Amino acid sequence: MYKIVSKELLTPVIDCLKIQAPALAAKARPGQFVIIRVDEVGERIPLTLADWDAKEGTITLVAMRVGTSTHKLGSLKAGENLTNLVGPLGLPSEIEKFGTVVMVGGGVGIAPVHPIARALKQEGNKVISIIGSRNKDLLFWEDKMRAVSDELIVTTDDGSYGRKGLVTEPLKEILEKGGVNRVVAIGPAIMMKFCSLTTKPFNVPTVVSLNSIMVDGTGMCGCCRLSVGGQTKFACVDGPEFNGHEVDWNIVFDRQKVYLKEEKESLKKWESCQCGKS
Amino acid sequence: MEEQEKAKSKINLNRVDMPRQDPKVRAHNYNEVALGYTEEMALEEATRCIQCPKRPCVSGCPVNVDIPEFIKALKDKNMPEAVKILKGKNALPAICGRVCPQETQCEQACALGKKKVPIAIGRLERYVADWDLANKDKRPPVVIPPSTGKRVAVIGSGPAGLTAAADLAKFGHKVTIYEALHTAGGVLMYGIPEFRLPKAVVQAEVDYVKSLGVDIQLDSVMGKLATVDELLEKDFDAVFLGTGAGLPMFLNIPGENLNGVYSANEFLTRVNLMKAYLFPEYDTPIKIGKHVAVIGGGNVAMDAARCALRLGAEKVYIVYRRSRTEMPARHEEVENAEEEGIIFKFLTNPKQIIGDENGWVKGMECYEMELGEPDASGRRRPVTKPGSEFMIDVDVVVVALGTTPNPLIPATTKGLDTTKHGTVVADEQTGKTVKDRVWAGGDVVTGAATVISAMGAGKRAAASINEFLMK
Repeated sequence: MYKIVSKELLTPVIDCLKIQAPALAAKARPGQFVIIRVDEVGERIPLTLADWDAKEGTITLVAMRVGTSTHKLGSLKAGENLTNLVGPLGLPSEIEKFGTVVMVGGGVGIAPVHPIARALKQEGNKVISIIGSRNKDLLFWEDKMRAVSDELIVTTDDGSYGRKGLVTEPLKEILEKGGVNRVVAIGPAIMMKFCSLTTKPFNVPTVVSLNSIMVDGTGMCGCCRLSVGGQTKFACVDGPEFNGHEVDWNIVFDRQKVYLKEEKESLKKWESCQCGKS
Repeated sequence: MEEQEKAKSKINLNRVDMPRQDPKVRAHNYNEVALGYTEEMALEEATRCIQCPKRPCVSGCPVNVDIPEFIKALKDKNMPEAVKILKGKNALPAICGRVCPQETQCEQACALGKKKVPIAIGRLERYVADWDLANKDKRPPVVIPPSTGKRVAVIGSGPAGLTAAADLAKFGHKVTIYEALHTAGGVLMYGIPEFRLPKAVVQAEVDYVKSLGVDIQLDSVMGKLATVDELLEKDFDAVFLGTGAGLPMFLNIPGENLNGVYSANEFLTRVNLMKAYLFPEYDTPIKIGKHVAVIGGGNVAMDAARCALRLGAEKVYIVYRRSRTEMPARHEEVENAEEEGIIFKFLTNPKQIIGDENGWVKGMECYEMELGEPDASGRRRPVTKPGSEFMIDVDVVVVALGTTPNPLIPATTKGLDTTKHGTVVADEQTGKTVKDRVWAGGDVVTGAATVISAMGAGKRAAASINEFLMK
């Protein structure tokens, strides 16, 4: 059992939980992920680390309420426990002095971008960050991102805050100015695909983080397999970060849809069980 | 001598059958297929043992269980004694009695086998072990020897790790098992289905190992949370690697990344460990195919096929590139699968998996094969018949071609020697690796093999570790 030290709501549908896990916190590196199982009947789901504190012995997870597990996670309160927490899994991000890096965080993807941006900044890179969400209400960690960036651009799809439009628009403008050595994009698969397409003509190395459906998270099941550069790769052990220019995005999109029907059924059941509960 | 002669004269050459669930009924439930002997049946079968002085069965057993002695105690209705003898050599008898390939081990060596049918040693082992589980209150108190002050880390809680841990604890060492998954038992939990090995039986055996003072740390992926070198530096005098062979092999044919294609590991883990057969009561889903093809001819393929059937598939095929004779699966499991209605497509090899416009499996194109000259394994090599392509109409494909060891530990441990197959090099007799204070055993050394051979390796390594620690 892993105790939830604190919990806050970042947006009406995005939860931020600080969890006690000293051994894990001591080993965590930017870009790595954990597998959680909320309760005894729960599914094992991967979540990329949003933060950790080795001294305090805690890790921070940020999750959007989408399916049963993330809704269950959101229903937990400080002081309660997570049944299982495994990690740190996957390979850490490459952190070195590249020069100028552009960090792109979309929606809940802003959370895993933050520790990577922080590490790249510490390494002496010039960090330009673009964070975007559908609207103002879904945006979070603007202050935290500003603190680790030399420049920060905020976009919303509906223009309710910051610049109206998609993250790829400022990304393209920055690339056109030149001098960008690396792009890291984390967010919805469709956003990562279009960021990769945007950077491709400029030939700027582009890293994406693929959090596909997993079971064990250690290379045992192959559920998370993808095609990268024509080769089958497992997101859990070969990733989660890959060269965005080499990812076969159609397979990424297809594999996200495997359990759509079951996910709906499961969530409906969970929601109906919540009726009457406080 | 006289007693032996007397026994011989009355010998029943046929073994006592073990009752099984009706195939039509069991194809739709996850309850155990083989129901076990009643007391009467067990006693009748035990009586067939002639207690021959050569004891060939004992040498046929990878952990050298004192088979004639436990059968004698059973025949004498001294159950606590039978349990004591059995557990003296085997920490997990309820598991071995169910999944050991006795027909190629102890039973193959049985003297009665020369006349007719060997003693059903596995069934008797199961009977004694199940009696023990049902009569825990009659167990003698666990005697843990005084602590030696030595500490051993065991990585992996499958058959090799559990056995090594149990023996090391009995030697008086403090043992911590690190398990990556959320439940202890390794392949016994995620791989072998409930209807062949009930999970309550596995957990009862895990509890027994814990009762010896072994600490089990779940959710702990070694190589990530801590390296072997860190374990040796900080807290432990020795490390045993029992990490198994958990990496699935794929076909490397077009279409294997389509939706609806599973590795057997994923398919079985979803069903067994995550209990997807109870979805939505349990949150983990699984795709229930209408027509399912399982590729492979081993026990894992049989398990996956029989799970697919129980999930509700209308037709389940085993697609195997050689013929029935070359199939590596246990005869008993093939027979069980056939009785339940699994369709065997022998001499058939997939060419490609075909997808629909949404990325889902809609069929599999296969070649007909024929057998040529024997290959390195001694089995006749399957050869493709040119122009023989045909389609099988399926919507789920499960690939059960075998597994290789997970590279996580070798990749993060300095000074371990590995083979080109990814297995860790260790001495066959002692399990000692080339790295100081590190032993290994089970599938991580041999590649995918049997539960009992992993247990044998765990046992030998425990003895070697003990010798090293007590020097």
